[in-house]
Amino acid sequence: MNIYVLQAFLDGVLMGGIYALAALGLSLIFGVLKITNFAHGAMMTMGMYAVYAISVGMGIGPYAALPLAMAMMFGLGFLIQRVLINSIDHAPAYNQLLLTLGVAYILENVLLMVFTPNYRTLTVDAFQKAIHIGPLTVAPARLIMFAVVLAVTAGFYMLLYKTRVGRSIRASAQDEEGARLMGIHVKRIRAAAFGLGAVCTGIAGGLLTPVMSIYPTLGESFQLKCFVIAVLGGMGNLWGAFLSGIFIGVIESLSGYFLGGTWSEMLIYGAFILILLVRPTGIFGRGNRRES
Amino acid sequence: MIVLLAAAVIFPFFAGRYMMSIGVSVLLMAALGQSWNIMSGYAGQFSFGHAAFFGVGAYTSSILYVDYGVSPWIGMLLGMGAAALLGVLIGFLSFRYHLRGDFFALVTLAFAEILRVLFNNSAALKGAEGVLIPYRDVWQEFQFRDDRIFYLILLLMVIAITAFIGVISRRKFGVCLIAIKESQGVAQSLGVPVLKYKLAAMAVSGAAAAMAGTFYAQYYGFIDPGTVFTSSISVEAIVPCIIGGSGTLSGPLLGALIIVPLQELSNSLFEDVHGLNMVIYGVLIVVFIMFCRDGIYGALVKRQKGVET
Repeated sequence: MNIYVLQAFLDGVLMGGIYALAALGLSLIFGVLKITNFAHGAMMTMGMYAVYAISVGMGIGPYAALPLAMAMMFGLGFLIQRVLINSIDHAPAYNQLLLTLGVAYILENVLLMVFTPNYRTLTVDAFQKAIHIGPLTVAPARLIMFAVVLAVTAGFYMLLYKTRVGRSIRASAQDEEGARLMGIHVKRIRAAAFGLGAVCTGIAGGLLTPVMSIYPTLGESFQLKCFVIAVLGGMGNLWGAFLSGIFIGVIESLSGYFLGGTWSEMLIYGAFILILLVRPTGIFGRGNRRES
Repeated sequence: MIVLLAAAVIFPFFAGRYMMSIGVSVLLMAALGQSWNIMSGYAGQFSFGHAAFFGVGAYTSSILYVDYGVSPWIGMLLGMGAAALLGVLIGFLSFRYHLRGDFFALVTLAFAEILRVLFNNSAALKGAEGVLIPYRDVWQEFQFRDDRIFYLILLLMVIAITAFIGVISRRKFGVCLIAIKESQGVAQSLGVPVLKYKLAAMAVSGAAAAMAGTFYAQYYGFIDPGTVFTSSISVEAIVPCIIGGSGTLSGPLLGALIIVPLQELSNSLFEDVHGLNMVIYGVLIVVFIMFCRDGIYGALVKRQKGVET
C-alpha cells in the first residue's frame, strides 16, 4: 500500500474522531428531544472559543482549560433547552428546527462581536512538532485529540449505561410518556440530554483549538457533516453516529487524496441524499425515524 | 393592502439612491419569502434549500447571457423551467421514499449544498470566480440605467407571485395544498391527488425563486456560488414568512418589510460592531417562534376574529 494512502487514512481516522464526537452529541439530542439541532455548528464554535478564552485568560494550557469549557457548555445547552426549546415543546416540528437556527445566529454572531472575525490561533509548539511513527508523521496535538475523544466517549458510555441519569435519558428517548409514568423528571432529563449533547460538541470544538486557527463561522462547515454522519449512523443511534464519524473522516481523507478535496464533498453529500432517501434509519438500522 | 401597494408604487419617485437599494432588498426578500410560502407555508413541505432554486435561476440566465448572448428575459424563463424541474425531481425522490419533516428539510439542504460545490468546482459553470454580467443598458437584455425601473420590475414580480397565491388559495389547487399540510392522510383518502399537487407546489415555488435569482444577477451584476447557493439565501426565504406569518397571503410581505429596514438600521447605528445585525436576526427568529408562532399577520387575524389562544 502506498505510504500516502496510509498517511491519509491515519489523518482521516484522527479527524474522524472529532466528527464522531460532535455527531454523537447531535444524535443524542435527536434521540431524546427529536430535534435536528441547527445550532450544532455554532455550539461547536462556542466550545472552541471557550477553550481559547479560558486558556488565554487564565494563562493555562488548552487541555487544562477543557474541563471548565465542558462545564460551561453543559450550562449553555441545559439553559437553551430549559428556557427556549422546552417552552415550545408541542409546536410543529419545524418550529424547533427554526428555534435552533435562531440560536445558532445568536451564538455565532455574539462570538463575532466579542472576538471579531479575525483568525485566532492557540498552538503550543510542543504539541505541534510532528513525531514519526514508522513512516508516518503526526502532530502530537492530533493524537491527544483522538485520545481525549476516546476517553470522553468511554465516559459517555459509562454515564449512559451505568448510571441512573443515563438510564433515565435512555428511557426518555425510548418512550417519553412511559418514562414520566415511571417517575422520571422528563423535562429535567431532556435539558440534561441537550446539555450533554452540547458538551460533546463543545469538546469536539475545544479539541480543535490547539490544532487549527479558529474563527466564528468555522463550526458551520462541521454542522452539515454532523448531519450526514448522524443520519448515516441512524439518528438517535449513538454508536452508529460514532462509527460513522470515523468512517466519514476516513472517506473524506481518502477521497480527498484520490479525487481532490472539493469533489469529496460532493461524494459525501451525494451519499447523504441517497441514505436519506433509501435508508433514513441509517446503515446500522436501529435509529428512530420521526414522522411529523 | 391597497394602501401598501400604492405606497410601494410611488416609493421610487421620492426615494434617494440609498432608500432605493433598501426597497429592492425588501422586495427581493418578499419574492423569496413568497416562493417559499407556496411550498412550505401552504403545502407544508418544509424547505431548507431554496437557495438551490434561486441559484439555478441566477446561473441559467447569466451563463446563457454571457456565453451565448441569450437575452436574460428568455434566460429567466428557461431558469424558471429548470428550477421547476429541479423542484419536481427533489419532490419526486423525497415523496417516493416518504420523507417528511426534518428529513425532507435535510434533503433540500443537501441539494443546495451539492449545487454549491458543483458550481464552485466546475470550470464549465464558471467555477468559484462566478459570473460578471457586462453592463449595456439595453432593456431587451434586462438592463436599466435607472434603478427605479429595476425596482418596479421586481415589484411587478412580487405582485405576480402574490396574486398567484391569492388566486390559488381560493381555488381547488390551494385548498388541496392546505388540506395536505393539515393532514396528508385525510386529504389522500378524500381523493386529493397528493403527490401531483405537492410536486406542482414545488415546481411553482422553485420557478418563483428562480425568477428572483435572475433579477438578483441582473441587478447586482455579479453572482458566484458562495452568494447564490448559500444557506443564508435559504434562510432569507424562510424568515420573512416566520415573522410575517407563513401560509398567509401578505405575511411574507410584512415580514420582509420589517426585517430589512431593521437590519439596515442596526447596520448604520452600530457600523463597527460586526455581527450585531445578525444577532438581531437570531433574536427575532427566536422571539417569533416562541411567542408569535403565527407571525404578525396571523396574530392580527386572530385578534380580529376575537379568538384567544
